Amino acid sequence: MRGKIQSPLSEANSGALVGYIPLHKASSETYRQMGFKCGLEIHQQLKTAKKLFCRCPAGIYQQAEDYNAEIIRHMRPTLSELGEYDGTALMEFKTRKNITYRLKNENACTYEIDDTPPFPINREALSIAIEIALLLKSSIVGELHITRKQYLDGSIPTGFQRTAIVSVEGYIPLPAKNIRMIQLSIEEDSCREVSDIGHERIYTTDRLGMPLIEMVTAPEMLNPQEAAAAAHFLRFLARSTGKVRTGIGAARQDVNVSISGGTRVEIKGVAHISRIPRLTHNEAFRQRALLEIKKILGKRIKSVEEWQMAYCKVNAQNPVIASLATQANKDDGTCFYAVNLPDFVGLLSFFTQPGKCFSDEISDRLKVIACLEKPNLRHHEEKESVIDWGKLRRENKWKQTDAQLLISGQPEDLHTALETIEERCRLAFFGVPNETRKSLKDGTTIFERVLPGPDRMYPDTDSAPLPISETLIEELRRQLPTAVENSVQMMQQWQFPQDVVGYILKNNLFPLVKKNITDFNLQPVFVATFFGHNLKHIEGWITPASQFDYERIYALFAFLRQENLQPELAKKMLPVIYHYPNMDFESVLLTIAFKKHSDDDILALIPDLKTKFKDIGRKDDAAMREWMMGQLRSRAIGNIALKALWEILDGGCDE
Amino acid sequence: MSDIFKGYKGAALKTLKKYKIRVWSDASISTSRGDFKGIVLPRAENDDDRHIVLKLITGYNVGVAVDSILNMQEDGYKEAHYKIPEKEFPTSPDKPNVKLLGTGGTIASRLDYRTGAVIPAFSPGELYGAVPELADICNLSTEKLFAVFSENMGPKQYLVLAKAIEKEIKNGIDGIVVGHGTDTMHHTAAALSFMVQKPPVPIVMVGSQRSSDRPSSDAALNLIHAAYTAAEADIAEVMVCMFGPTSDEYGLLHRGTRVRKMHSSYRSTFRTIGDIPIAKVRWGKITPLHKKFSRRRNDRNVEIYPYFEERVALLDYYPNMHPDIIDSLVEKGYKGIVIAGTGLGHMNKPVYPAIERAIKAGVVIYMTVQTLWGFVHMFVYETGRDMVAKGVVPAENMLPEVAYIKLGWALGQTNDPGEVKKLMLTPVCDEITEGEPYNGYLVYQGGIPEVEEFLKKFHK
Repeated sequence: MRGKIQSPLSEANSGALVGYIPLHKASSETYRQMGFKCGLEIHQQLKTAKKLFCRCPAGIYQQAEDYNAEIIRHMRPTLSELGEYDGTALMEFKTRKNITYRLKNENACTYEIDDTPPFPINREALSIAIEIALLLKSSIVGELHITRKQYLDGSIPTGFQRTAIVSVEGYIPLPAKNIRMIQLSIEEDSCREVSDIGHERIYTTDRLGMPLIEMVTAPEMLNPQEAAAAAHFLRFLARSTGKVRTGIGAARQDVNVSISGGTRVEIKGVAHISRIPRLTHNEAFRQRALLEIKKILGKRIKSVEEWQMAYCKVNAQNPVIASLATQANKDDGTCFYAVNLPDFVGLLSFFTQPGKCFSDEISDRLKVIACLEKPNLRHHEEKESVIDWGKLRRENKWKQTDAQLLISGQPEDLHTALETIEERCRLAFFGVPNETRKSLKDGTTIFERVLPGPDRMYPDTDSAPLPISETLIEELRRQLPTAVENSVQMMQQWQFPQDVVGYILKNNLFPLVKKNITDFNLQPVFVATFFGHNLKHIEGWITPASQFDYERIYALFAFLRQENLQPELAKKMLPVIYHYPNMDFESVLLTIAFKKHSDDDILALIPDLKTKFKDIGRKDDAAMREWMMGQLRSRAIGNIALKALWEILDGGCDE
Repeated sequence: MSDIFKGYKGAALKTLKKYKIRVWSDASISTSRGDFKGIVLPRAENDDDRHIVLKLITGYNVGVAVDSILNMQEDGYKEAHYKIPEKEFPTSPDKPNVKLLGTGGTIASRLDYRTGAVIPAFSPGELYGAVPELADICNLSTEKLFAVFSENMGPKQYLVLAKAIEKEIKNGIDGIVVGHGTDTMHHTAAALSFMVQKPPVPIVMVGSQRSSDRPSSDAALNLIHAAYTAAEADIAEVMVCMFGPTSDEYGLLHRGTRVRKMHSSYRSTFRTIGDIPIAKVRWGKITPLHKKFSRRRNDRNVEIYPYFEERVALLDYYPNMHPDIIDSLVEKGYKGIVIAGTGLGHMNKPVYPAIERAIKAGVVIYMTVQTLWGFVHMFVYETGRDMVAKGVVPAENMLPEVAYIKLGWALGQTNDPGEVKKLMLTPVCDEITEGEPYNGYLVYQGGIPEVEEFLKKFHK
C-alpha cells in the first residue's frame, strides 16, 4: 500500500518544509529543539626541527610543480586487528586511483615513500604532546603504542597513519561549562593534495610525517557558538606552550555534528575556526532535510527491500540525449546510462543545504567513488534540461511518480557509478548516512568518504611499545605555562578589553604582557591596548624588514625606564620598531624626532598658553584645559606622564 | 589457565590474576594517572611485564603501567577472530593451471598477538579474498610445504621444494609460483636453479618487501605478476619476480643464479647482477629484455638433482683476517669454502699457510669477488697467482652466495676435487657467463645532475 504522492517539491518549498533559517536568525533554542550536538577534533602541528618518524626536516614546503622525482602507488584494504574490513577502506578500494607522489630531496627520504620502516619516535614531539596532555588535565598512558590508522585515499604512502594515544579523558573549562576531552594522540601529518581528477590523484610529500597532535572533545557543544568557543580555547591552550606551529595549515579542525534522529557526521579540514558556526549550522539542517526525506520515503514505500532501482544504457545516437553526445564523447568511448528511482519524484531537487539538493548528495559520491568528474549527473527535476525526459520515461515505461537521472562516463567506471547511486538512494530510507564531509568556504559541505570506524586501526608491527615514565611527566609538569583559564581570569581582573584577550591568547603573548606589567609596574590596560590595539593595528599594515620578535617590546619598555622616559612614548616608537626590528632605540627616537624636555621646561609654557587661550576670547575652563593639553601633547609624550600633566593643568585652571 | 592471560608474565600477570581479568575482557582500570577503559589485549612475549595493553573503544591501543593500577574491573568479554575472508577460488577450463607452493614469508600474512609480528596465512580461498585479480589470471591451487621465515630456509627445505616441483611438473602443471621470504630468496633461487634443471615450465619465486597487512604492500602486485608469469610466460627457468621500480608499475624477472637482494627495505630490492634481467612483467604483458633464455615446452621432462652437502662455508675476506679462521673450518670438518675476496679475488699473505693446510686436508676452496660485479681475475696480481698455485679455484663471475650454494650442491654429489671442479665451472644456467654486458653494471650515483634528471622523468 503506497501513500499518495504529492506534486514535485521545489527546492524552495522543501527548504521551508525543513524549517531552514539562516545562521544569524537562529538562537540556542533552535539548536536545542533539533537536538544539536557537536564534538571537535583539533589537529595541531608541533614546532619541531624534524619529522616524527624520520630525520627529515619539518616545515620545508615545496610548490606543486617543484619536485625531484615521482613515484606511483595503489592502495588495497587490509583486515583490522579484530578481523574486520573497514567500510571506508572498501569504498576507497572501489575508486581504483593511481596515486602519484612528488618528492623533493630536501624534505623526503625513503621513509616518506614507505621504503624503510620507521625510526624511533621524535622525543621532542612526544614531550610537547605530553605537555599539552597535562594542560588538558588528562590521564597519560603508561606505555605508548604506535597504531596504524588506515587511509586508502593515498594521502599517506604507507596506506596508514602512524598514530598513538598519549592520554585519555581530561577537560577544558569554558566560561559556561566544562567540556570533557576523549583523547589526545600524537601522529604524523599527511601529504598535501595537488590534484584529484578522474583516476589520477597527485600529492606532495613535504608535509608528510610532520608531528601533529589530535585533541578530541566529547560531543558536548550544544550550539555552533559553543563549538567555536571550544575550538578557540583548545587553540589558545596549544599555543600557550609556545611549541606549536602557527600559520596556514598548522591547525585544522574536524567537526562532528549530529541532531536527534541523525548520525554523527564528520566535517574534515576546517581551516578557520570562524567557519565552524556556519558549517555546523548547515550540517544540522542537512541532517534535518535527510530525515524529512526519510519520512517521505517511509510514507511512499513500505520497505526498502521492495524498492528496486532500474537503469538502461542509452545509445549515443538516441535523440533523447542528442545534444549531450558530442563527437568528442563518441571518440573517447563515453557511455550513457539512464536511471529510474521509483517513487522518488520531488526528492532529487529536495533541499539539503543552501543552494544544494539531494541530487548533489549522489553527484558528490559519484565523483569520489566512481571517479566521474562533475557535472556527472543530470536529472529530470533540473530547471533547464537538454534531455527529453518524457520520451525517456515513455520508452522505458517509467512512472510519473518516479525520478530519473542520467550519468555518463567510461564503461569501466559506470558499474561502480550505478552501485553508488543505488547505495546512496537506499541509505536515504535510513536518514543520515555515516560520512566524512569536506568543508567548503561557503559553509556547505561535500561528501569525502564513508565515516571510518575502529576497524581501521591496526597495531604498528614495526615499532615497539614505549613506556612513559613518571620522571618525564614530572619534569614536564614543572615547566607548564599558566593555564589558559587562569590567564583569562587575570586579564579580566585587569579589565582587559575582550578583543584584546583573544589577540593575546592567539599569539601566546600573556607571559610577555604579564612580565611587562609586573617588571615595569605599567598600567595593565595600557599594556593590553598597546599589544591588542596598537601592535595589532601595525601588524595589519606594516611588513617588517626582518622577523619581528615580540620580546623586542620588553626591551623597549626596559629602555624607556632606563632613559627615564614615559611609557606613552612606546606607542610613537612602535611603528618604526616593528618596521625595522633591528634598529636601535636611540635611532628610533631620532627617526620620530623626539626631543627631551624636563618637566619644568614643559610646565613653564603653561602661563603663556593660558594667556593665548584667553586672547582667543573663550572663558570655559574645561575647554582651556583640553586645548592646552592638545598644545603640549607632542612635546610631553615621553617626557612627562600625560595623566600627570592633565592633573597639573586641572590644578592650574582652578587657580 | 595460563592461556587466558596470553603473553603476560611477571608483575603484569600477577595484577591480572589479582583482579581476575582475562585477556579479551572489556575492563575498567583506575590508576594514579587517571581512568582507562577498553579490551585487554594479549601481550607480545618479548615486551616487558610492567604494562597491560588495552584496546580503547576508538580502536587505539595503549599500555597501562601495572605500578599505577589502583583497581580493575571486568565489564564484559569480546574475543577477536582474525580471519581473511575465504571465498572459493573460481576456476575455468580455459585458464592455465598454476601451483603456488608456500614456504612462509609475507606474501599473505596476519598478525600474531604473541610476538606482535605477522605470520603467514595462505589458502587459495584466502588469497582470492585478498587478491581477487588472481582468478582472472589462472586456476590457482596451493600447497603449504612449510611455514618458516626466510632466514630459516635451508638445505632440507631446498630438497623438499625441488621434489615438490618435480611432482607438479609430472602432474602437468602450467607454471609454478614459490612464495618465499625475501631475505634468502636468492639463496633458494640458486639452489632450485641447480636442483631443478631443464624444467618445461616457469618456476617463479615471489615475496614482498612490505607485508600484506598494509594497504601499500607490494605483495598483491608481486603475486599478480608472478602468477601471470607462471601462467603465460614463454620462459622455462627458475626466476625471481619482484618490483622493478619502487613504484607500482612493473615487475622484473631475474634469473635464479644472478639475482641478489640489494637493499634492506626497498621494494625494488632485487637486482640482476653481472647481467641484465630476463624480462619485464606487467599483468597482460611480458617484455623480454635478455636475448637468451629457455623456452616453455609441452613435455613433462625435468632433471632433478636433490643433493646438498651442509659442511660448506662462505667467508667474506677482510684485512687482518687471521689464518685460524680457515684452520678452524678445516678442523670442524668443512669440505668446501667459498671466499669472497677483495678486488679481483684477493687475500693477504698471512692466510696463505692456512690455505695450504686446508687444501692439503682435501678441502676445496673457490674464490669469488665481494664487489659482486665483475669477474675473478687471479692472474693480474701476484697475490692472485700465488693463491691459484696453492689450489684456490677462481669461480669466474659467480656471485658469492651462488657459489656457496653450488659448492654445497656439488659436494653433495661427489668428494672428488676434480669432479667438484668440473661441476663448479660448468655453467648450469648463467651462474657463470662468458662475459659481462657493458650495461649490466649500473649503480647510479644520486645527486649528479643527469641522474637527478632521470629520476624526475621516470618513476623510481
